[in-house]
Formats: sequence, structure tokens, C-alpha cells
Amino acid sequence: MADIILETKNLTYTYAPKTAGEVTAIRDVSVAIERGTLVGIIGHTGSGKSTLIEHFNGLMRGTSGVVLLDGKDIWENKKEIRSVRFRVGVCFQYPEYQLFEETVYKDVAFGPKNMGLSEEEIDRRVREVLSFVGLEERYLELSPFDLSGGEKRRVAIAGIMAMEPQVLVLDEPCAGLDPIGRATVLSLIQNYQKTTGSTVIIVTHSMEDAALIADRILVMNQARLAFYGTVEEVFSHAGELQSMGLDIPQMMRLYLLLREKGLPVSKTFYTLEQAKKAILACFKKGENA
Amino acid sequence: MNDFIRFENVSFAYEIEGEAAKPVLENFSLTVHEGEFLAVLGHNGCGKSTVAKLCNGIEFPQKGRVLVRGLDTASEEHLLAIRQCVGMVFQNPDNQIVATIVEDDVAFGPENLGVEPAEIRKRVDAALRRVGMYDFRRFEPHKLSGGQKQRVAIAGVIAMQPACIVLDEPTAMLDPRGRRDVMDTVKMLNREQGITVVLITHYMDEAAQADRVVVMDHGRILLDDTPRRVFAQTQTLLRAGLDVPQATALAKELRKNGVDVPADVLTVDELADALVRAAQQN
Repeated sequence: MADIILETKNLTYTYAPKTAGEVTAIRDVSVAIERGTLVGIIGHTGSGKSTLIEHFNGLMRGTSGVVLLDGKDIWENKKEIRSVRFRVGVCFQYPEYQLFEETVYKDVAFGPKNMGLSEEEIDRRVREVLSFVGLEERYLELSPFDLSGGEKRRVAIAGIMAMEPQVLVLDEPCAGLDPIGRATVLSLIQNYQKTTGSTVIIVTHSMEDAALIADRILVMNQARLAFYGTVEEVFSHAGELQSMGLDIPQMMRLYLLLREKGLPVSKTFYTLEQAKKAILACFKKGENA
Repeated sequence: MNDFIRFENVSFAYEIEGEAAKPVLENFSLTVHEGEFLAVLGHNGCGKSTVAKLCNGIEFPQKGRVLVRGLDTASEEHLLAIRQCVGMVFQNPDNQIVATIVEDDVAFGPENLGVEPAEIRKRVDAALRRVGMYDFRRFEPHKLSGGQKQRVAIAGVIAMQPACIVLDEPTAMLDPRGRRDVMDTVKMLNREQGITVVLITHYMDEAAQADRVVVMDHGRILLDDTPRRVFAQTQTLLRAGLDVPQATALAKELRKNGVDVPADVLTVDELADALVRAAQQN
């Protein structure tokens, strides 16, 4: 049986219920996320992605339905909701706006400090996560406000990682970053997930990023769960995704065009590396020559 | 082509209280031609957004000057004419929408310019039709998607009938359809209405759709050419913290391994056609 870490059952959230302004942001969402997977969440603006992740750590409480963390309803005992927020760490959009301390060290230490950890443990964690986000020790004594946009973003992400959550949730961690900044953040998230074995959930508008790093993709559409499956399974619904305002990765579009034009590429590809391999095989060039 | 905006040896630094000002632009010169679609690329902090803000007098050069159709942005008497001539669209649509109804929001600009009410009505309707948002004219903006809001913001700018629109990462917060709709609108305004477009973006495939691409690095211009020639410079772009479109990157990898495709393809469609040709000759 699959080892499920986080599960929602018939989760629904309605803003301003029974009024003229009633809006259901998520409707009847049931999904089970396996421990240790990297999940990409995609969906049009207003599809319910952000509302859904705010339910994962109890920032919001569903109008109906439940959220189970390690099989236990997170709202079963209201007093324990604080510990749920340490176990499921959510990093919001543009998290660098929430940096506030005098030094990078203090900012990253803020979460673990709130957890009541010892000074030694806090110190160990701060230094460890700093290496996860690819910043050198000398950054610890700098003011976060003197850093570049990409560096600030990485410090903010480190602050959540330092709580060592079982589930790390990131809402568009690459928004507004330049290409190198995007690539850096994506690879550090992948590396963090591989090293710690924790579960990572990342919301993105980029089909290319989702195809590149996710093990499974969750698709939200008009407040409902549309699909949850592997990259192959989800992107096989190309037409439906496009009618939802989404898309397929550019490399998959190339694959479909080549098939349409009669080129015998054997296996569907989604990323640049996969495309290179498949096309070289087709031309019997490169490593396959 | 006529010069539309000219940056002449511009230097600019943001003042931070109690600290030495950090120079953003030093001796920066750039000419935007009338009617062109210019894309500006560059890493975070390279000075792109400062360039945008200098275009219509939101910021002023500390040295050198910026001319819009020959008018110096630093002289106060020209400021209204310049702002009427160069419209701005920013990254976050929620920060630029001021009214509670879409059509009121679009009317805000022309109202401030003192346009006659009957003329405002005409301009608002025409602008909303141009961006495909006319059916939403009585909607509350917060009920629209990100892409729709951004198109309303663009309508608000075109209702002022500018000759040029400067867009600073207008698609950074949008989903794929929102991005495509905004890009289609921008291209239509440029090609059908002849509006000069300056698009600042982090997306290589958006820049690939422009007539000309300027690449900035630490306050200076690194490359200035057609998209095809700019994206042929993969190494230079990577060093500047940028990238090339995925189709261009793949074409280069395939060439390295002996597949006969041109090095300067920009789009997935071009690459597919080139691969089919290469297969026929193989």
C-alpha cells in the first residue's frame, strides 16, 4: 500500500457562504500525496491552487471535508494546529517581502526559534539550510536587505526549510526571477528533496518547470481537482489542459508536431534532455550512433 | 526610422539614506525607433526597470538626458505631453487598477487628461474592444483573472492614445493563457495600430517575438540586434544570467551531435520543420 503523508477528503471551502458574494474556492477535492514525492501544482489563475495549499497546514479550515497529515485529521485537536504548521511549511509568493531581521542568520533562525529548539540545534539547522540554498557562510552576518532579489528569495526559502518540515510547500518560488535565478531555485529545491527525502509541493505557472522537476502533477480547474498523476499521465490530456487555460511543455509540443509530420520519434518527450535523446536516436546520431 | 525615445549618456543611481548611492546606469545610450517592437532582457537588478521608469518621467537621469520625440523628460513643461505619449504597464495588475468597475478604470487615464466625456466614452469602448474585454466592461476587476486584469490595464493605457507603450514584465504573474493573450494584444497593438512597444521580460520566447532585442548587463548594453542574432550568442547570454528559447537550445545540442538543423531557429515550429527537412536528406 502506498505510504500517504498528506491527504484531503472531499475538501470544500466557500467564502461568504449563504450571501450574495458566495464563492466556492475549492470544491470536493480528494487527493492523496505519497511520502517523499515532488508534486507540481498547476492551474489557471483563480483555480484554487493557493486556497488548497493554505488548507495543507491549517491556515484555512475547510467549510467541509478533512485534511489528514500522517493519517490524522489536522483539526482533530485545535491546540495542535501550531505543530501542524511546523510539520507542513508553506513558503508564499514573493517570500522575500517577509524578511525582517537584521542579519540573514537571525531571519533563518526565526522559525526554529519559535519551535523552542536549543541554540545548538538552531545553529546546526541555520548552517545546513544555508548550504541547501547555495549561499556561503559569509552571508549569515549580512543584512538580508543588501542581497540581490534572487538571494533574498533563497534566504526566505531557507527560513522555511530550517523548520525541517515533513512537507515543504512553495507557491510559485520562481515568479519574477531571471532565467539563472529560476534554474538555481529549481535545482536547489530538487536537491533538497533528494537529500532530505521530504515531500515537496510546488505551485507553478510553467509547464516546462513542472515537467522538469515533478514526480507527479496535480491540476486544479475551476475549484476542482482535474487530474493527479505522473507527468506522462497528466500531459496526455493536452486538449483538456489547453481548454483549462493551461498548456503542455514546449518540448512536448515539438514531439506532437514531429509525429504529425511523420517523423518516427519513438517515445513522448517533455524536457530538453529527453527531446535531445529521442531525436538523436531517431537520426541515429550522438550516443546512439 | 524616426527616433522615438533617446537615452543620451544617462547615469542614474537610487539614493539610499545614509549610504553611498549605488549606480544603476552609467553613461547609458539607447534609441527606440518609432513603430518598432523592442524587447529588453537582463538579469534581476541589471537596470531594466529603471530604463522603463526613465521613459516617461517617473524617474529622471542624474547625468545625460532622455528625449521623447525630442522633448526632454526633465523639463516639467513637457511632462504631461510625454506621459500622454508613453504609457506604462507594470508587473502586478492588482497594483494598477484603481476603480471598482472595469470601464471606470479604463476611463481614469483620459479623465485625468481632461478629455471630453463623450470622447472618453468612445475611447473606453474602443480600447476595451481592442483588448477583447468589452463584454467585461461592467465587471468588478477583482472578479477577473490575472490575464484579464492585465488586459484591462493595457486598455487603460491605450484609452490615453499613446504612441508608445512600455511594459515591465507584464506576464510575470500570469498563467499560460493569460500570458498568450497579453502577448497577442501587445503584438496586435504594434502591428495593426503602429504603437511603439518596449517590452521588458524574463521570458526568452516572448523576446523572440520582438523586432529587436536589447540585452542589458549591470547597467550597460551587452547585445542589441534581431532576436535571431541575439539568441545565437548562447554563451554571452548564459554569462549574463539569461538563457535562450528551448527550441534554440535544443537545435544547438542536435547540431553538436551531427543533426543538420540551422543554429538560429527560434521557435518549436521552426525546429520541427527543420528536423523534417533534415530527415528527408538523411
